[in-house]
Amino acid sequence: MSRKTWTTIALIAALVLIFGISFVVGGLHTDPYERFAGTDSVATSTIQESNPDYQPWFEPFFQPESGEVESGLFALQAALGGTVLGFAIGGLWGRRRSERSPATAEPNGPAPEPAT
Amino acid sequence: MHIAEGFLPVVHCVAWYAVSTPFVIRGARKVIQEAKEHPESRLLLAAAGAFTFVLSSIKLPSVTGSSSHPTGTGLGAVLFRPPVMAFLSTIVLIFQALLLAHGGITTLGANVFSMGIAGPWVGYWFWKLSSRLGWHRNVGVFLALAFADLSTYLVTSVQLGLAFPDPVSGLAGSVAKFMGVFVISQIPLAIAEGILGVLVFRLLTDVAKPELERLGILRPVVKEAVA
Repeated sequence: MSRKTWTTIALIAALVLIFGISFVVGGLHTDPYERFAGTDSVATSTIQESNPDYQPWFEPFFQPESGEVESGLFALQAALGGTVLGFAIGGLWGRRRSERSPATAEPNGPAPEPAT
Repeated sequence: MHIAEGFLPVVHCVAWYAVSTPFVIRGARKVIQEAKEHPESRLLLAAAGAFTFVLSSIKLPSVTGSSSHPTGTGLGAVLFRPPVMAFLSTIVLIFQALLLAHGGITTLGANVFSMGIAGPWVGYWFWKLSSRLGWHRNVGVFLALAFADLSTYLVTSVQLGLAFPDPVSGLAGSVAKFMGVFVISQIPLAIAEGILGVLVFRLLTDVAKPELERLGILRPVVKEAVA
């Protein structure tokens, strides 16, 4: 394998290692009642502890009723982003391919610019 | 870094809106201008926005026993300069505020400032510093993404500290308290985001070389004349 491939593998391994360590080390002293609570909600409870008189003056219009629904909506966000990211990289890849081999490109010339 | 809906006093909400709005308008203009004048960079622009969209939706565990999410704003800041990210981050934050009840419309101005303005600029400065020092561009990308992420959370800590000064230790104590919540949790995530950014950037240098050369990210390789 080329050096480039090894670098890619090493970078992915480093990512896995970081989250492996985070998970094990974090798991040792995480709050047993809410394991791996989001920092955003920890900040909110910190405010409520130090300023018990503070009343939030505005409520979200729509609140996912359960954790399951919420995680589904977060997955939807990731899916939308992933689709667009894949489309963009695929589009660029196709552009390079048609540049490299003009003989095998579509007879109508280079691939049309995707509508945005 | 999402300050929850209603969790900033009204005056702070208005002030952060006032600070952020010009950046977002300028960013929107830049996005439109870039897409119009250089249609070939539309796909890269979409990739930069999508990268932020994905990364800010993923909550990851951290060594502190909390979980937090990366921001993904450094990549677009390096590719298209920071103003663009003010606009793209605003879209992400509105989506999360309305659909996920994560962040909020009242705190949007403050959240846009930390994620869409401060983070991208800090990341961009690290990218510039790194290239001035002659470091490899992958090092620059790593630093840009990691520090865009980390600085966003530092700014959030300051914003919350300003809004809720500690009765005993005052402003400094309060900022330190919120940094305790955010910053240590964020360090491994920022490192991971930097590594992921390098992976994506290497992919882009393969598939988008001419576009990156036009943006001045890659130096065009002068082909030696065949003797």
